[in-house]
Amino acid sequence: MNYKKKSLLGPLSSLKYLFQDPITVRYPKEQKKTYPNHEGCSPQYRGQHTNDLEKCVGCSTCMDICPTGAIEMVEFTDVKDKSGATRKRPVIDYGRCCFCGFCVDVCTSSSLSMSREYIHTFITPHDAKPSDIGGMISDDFVRRPDSSFSENPGWNTPDEWSWLSLDRMVMGIIEPTKRKDSFVEMVRGYSKEEAVKEAQRCVACGLCKEACPIHMDIPEYIDAIWKDDIDESVRQIYKTNPLPEVCGRVCTHKCETACSIGLRGDPLAIRWLKRYAVDSLPLEKYKSVLLNNAIKPANKRVAVIGGGPAGLSAAFFLSLMGYKITIFEADEKVGGIMRYGIPAYRLPDSALDKDIDFIKSLGVEIKTNTRVGKEIEFNKIKSEYDAVILSTGFNLGRSTRIPGSQSKGVVQALDFLSDTRDFAAKKKKEVEITENILVIGGGNVAFDCSRSAARLQMMKYGKVNVTQICLETLDIIPADKEEVDESAEEGVVLICGRGPKQVMIDENGKVKGLDHMKCNSVFDENMNFNPKFNEEDKAVCEATMIIEAIGQAPDYSYISDDVKSKMKFERGKIVLDKNNETGAEKIYAAGDIVKGPDIVNAIADGLRSAIALDKNLNK
Amino acid sequence: MSEILTFMGMEDQYKKYELFFGPNHPGMHGNFSYIITVEGHTIMKIDPDAGLLHRGFEKLVEQRLWMQNISLIPRICVPEPDINEAIYSIAVEKLMGVQVPERAQYIRTIILEMARIGAFLFGFGGIGGATGLYTASYWTFADRDYLLDLFEWLTGARVYHMFILPGGVRRDIPDGWLEKLLETVDYLQKRLYEYDRLIYNNPLIVKRLEGLGRVTQEDAVKYGITGPNIRATGIKYDTRKAVPYAAYDKIDFEVPVQTAGDGLARAVQKREEFQVSLDIIKKAIHQLPKGSVRAKMPNPLKFRVPKGDVYVKLETAHGEHAYYIVSNGSEKPYRMAVRGGSFTAGLVYAQKALVGMRIEDVALWMATMDICPPDFDR
Repeated sequence: MNYKKKSLLGPLSSLKYLFQDPITVRYPKEQKKTYPNHEGCSPQYRGQHTNDLEKCVGCSTCMDICPTGAIEMVEFTDVKDKSGATRKRPVIDYGRCCFCGFCVDVCTSSSLSMSREYIHTFITPHDAKPSDIGGMISDDFVRRPDSSFSENPGWNTPDEWSWLSLDRMVMGIIEPTKRKDSFVEMVRGYSKEEAVKEAQRCVACGLCKEACPIHMDIPEYIDAIWKDDIDESVRQIYKTNPLPEVCGRVCTHKCETACSIGLRGDPLAIRWLKRYAVDSLPLEKYKSVLLNNAIKPANKRVAVIGGGPAGLSAAFFLSLMGYKITIFEADEKVGGIMRYGIPAYRLPDSALDKDIDFIKSLGVEIKTNTRVGKEIEFNKIKSEYDAVILSTGFNLGRSTRIPGSQSKGVVQALDFLSDTRDFAAKKKKEVEITENILVIGGGNVAFDCSRSAARLQMMKYGKVNVTQICLETLDIIPADKEEVDESAEEGVVLICGRGPKQVMIDENGKVKGLDHMKCNSVFDENMNFNPKFNEEDKAVCEATMIIEAIGQAPDYSYISDDVKSKMKFERGKIVLDKNNETGAEKIYAAGDIVKGPDIVNAIADGLRSAIALDKNLNK
Repeated sequence: MSEILTFMGMEDQYKKYELFFGPNHPGMHGNFSYIITVEGHTIMKIDPDAGLLHRGFEKLVEQRLWMQNISLIPRICVPEPDINEAIYSIAVEKLMGVQVPERAQYIRTIILEMARIGAFLFGFGGIGGATGLYTASYWTFADRDYLLDLFEWLTGARVYHMFILPGGVRRDIPDGWLEKLLETVDYLQKRLYEYDRLIYNNPLIVKRLEGLGRVTQEDAVKYGITGPNIRATGIKYDTRKAVPYAAYDKIDFEVPVQTAGDGLARAVQKREEFQVSLDIIKKAIHQLPKGSVRAKMPNPLKFRVPKGDVYVKLETAHGEHAYYIVSNGSEKPYRMAVRGGSFTAGLVYAQKALVGMRIEDVALWMATMDICPPDFDR
């Protein structure tokens, strides 16, 4: 460019702009023409917030990321209660907000967005005292975003642009073809790198804590895993959970259902992280890590009848409170449903034993092969001990009671699983199976049966022919989704929405199949179990062996009549009063016989009964 | 002896006086001040007096999570805020070993050049303002608005965009944005000739700027003067070429240089670089690859940067802007130090250069040197 071409008249060229429209506009009188189809500001302008209060779960991630501390979570009464959510909603102080939109980019429920509204006016009331006006203005800046600006949407964050890590760290699982013929644990567990990466996804919202029956400090132990502090992580886990090796493998993980990351992507693998933490700490170190304070002896003895999850939980917590515990177990080893129900490919003995060994190391006495009512009288225990906790669980199989269900080829789930477990532990040489097995039921136990049966068939016959039939359709099936998927991978055929009508028997008295009909609905309008069938829609499923896995029943025959008469029963379960007492003196109850239906609830129940017992004995 | 000194001091008192050239002066850039000792109109001594603008950025950064800082750091520099986000992001990426997608690199280049043009427009306006030619500042500020509109469309905000993040950028380019940007680039190209007529071919301005605050090559190197100011002395040093970042190594551009090193050379250098920036934007749009715009990054609430330290420098309209960041492996930066583009010029070199000039030259010297007080008073 030639800068020598100087001209004094050059600047006069600006005169031509005298009669042109100015570049800046007087909004809203005039409109900018920059943005197509949008008046005012740009289509993704970061203006005042919009929050879908119904969609918001109150996870407070927006508050945590806010760089200016403008967001506060406040509990509101006009917000509806829903599961996996709190009643807290963000309140924004626009005096601090810098409109960065980070809150929107990390919103787990995608409820928070920003609008194109940016004009904020405050009309000072005429009668306001000058000294009050400052306070009035700053109060006016604090607002709870709702849907009022939703018709003028601006910056919003679809999953694609979310800052959250939505994809779960893939868990190594033995391939279906390799796992089909063995009872080796199929889930490999996370390595350190994988666990740290998975833990990194957590936003520590604490919704999981609310959903967990034992309210585990999940964000805390995940944070410890992220910081590679296994000791602290196990310490946090053991605060409320005495069976973490078990829960780390087979828990029904209500926490993962509530996980706020799950609203946009895959929920955190909380269960596997727990497993990683406890797997990483050897049993020898447990005492030094967990038992920092000396236990003060209470000089009282408590008997626990039944060494299942509830009994072990109660024993653990009572031991920590200083009680001397004796567990009476009918079987050869404690563990209950965890040892004799859940198949070894989901929960190996070594993991269960680690949990139990730690509980034992607290001084808990375990009397195995001691069936109460047979080897020892109930009343004897009652008189010898200061208190008794009943935790015998649902140990009897429940039959469909359809015609033919008493035949020889029809077996109960718990008996079958117990035999399978013994087989896997090489205590038994063979489990009785046939080449064509049918399983009735749609819960996790039913899937345990069908998948165990498939493995046994594979080992014996080299092929799988297992059919599973259940009342529920896939959308309401009570089993975990992964059970449904993994069983299909292993060759189990699932027939949903069908109910059993009768077991077909051949002329030799052997099972030859199941006559089944369509199930129209499983629950009535009060959500009680009350299936309705369409008997005209019939079909036959051929099978030479049928496993009934439709639920279990309790056995109260060991309890003496005088005690039983003081207790209240409802639908086969013991009803506790508001103090978690049974009504009978010195007798407490926990586990499936009180609440159910899973291990983590049993642990919670064990803790509840331990607290009730301690309160009464220390009166 | 002491009596004689006192007497001499009294004499001196009437000859020299101190002038507080601070935010109260319309020619001062921002909340910064020089305490000038003058004799008549001539400056005898100059003391930069920092502190009025101090906002404690470097300490505030240590109190916030790595990702939260993205909303804080653009505020270090108003005319060209994006450069801060880019340096910070590049520094974090270097420490973490993250590879940024190519498309994001190009988008960063476009944003940085847009910000650079915005800063040049500020600069043109500054020269106009300091010489009494207010039309220049009215024009440039209005034209800058077009760039802000485009920023608003792309990033959701006009001035502090908080758009460049470790790992890439926050969003992909919206439909129709590139066309509008090309339109704006063409418009600014046309306007550049108007600026020539108004400013660079204006004999009054040229006469006023010629010979003002001549910087020698030795001084430029000695005092660490960077950016268009060092190129105005004839030294061809540009960080975009020397240490390429974003997509500058993939875009072909030539860095112009002047030789005189005076106020006029600096003003002309900025005008020439304005042209280069327009060309770079056009080339970047032409070469813009397809693909993702953000690498996978960890959850911002559990964001740890590996232990280490890094020094990242980027070219801005007023020099070489740089951060020195130390991470101790935790969720927050351990230490961050900012080296602003006009750090040495405004704080150190001013003490030499301004001596001998007249009071009215101070504002104009600051405008031509593009002194941005937030660079050194943070």
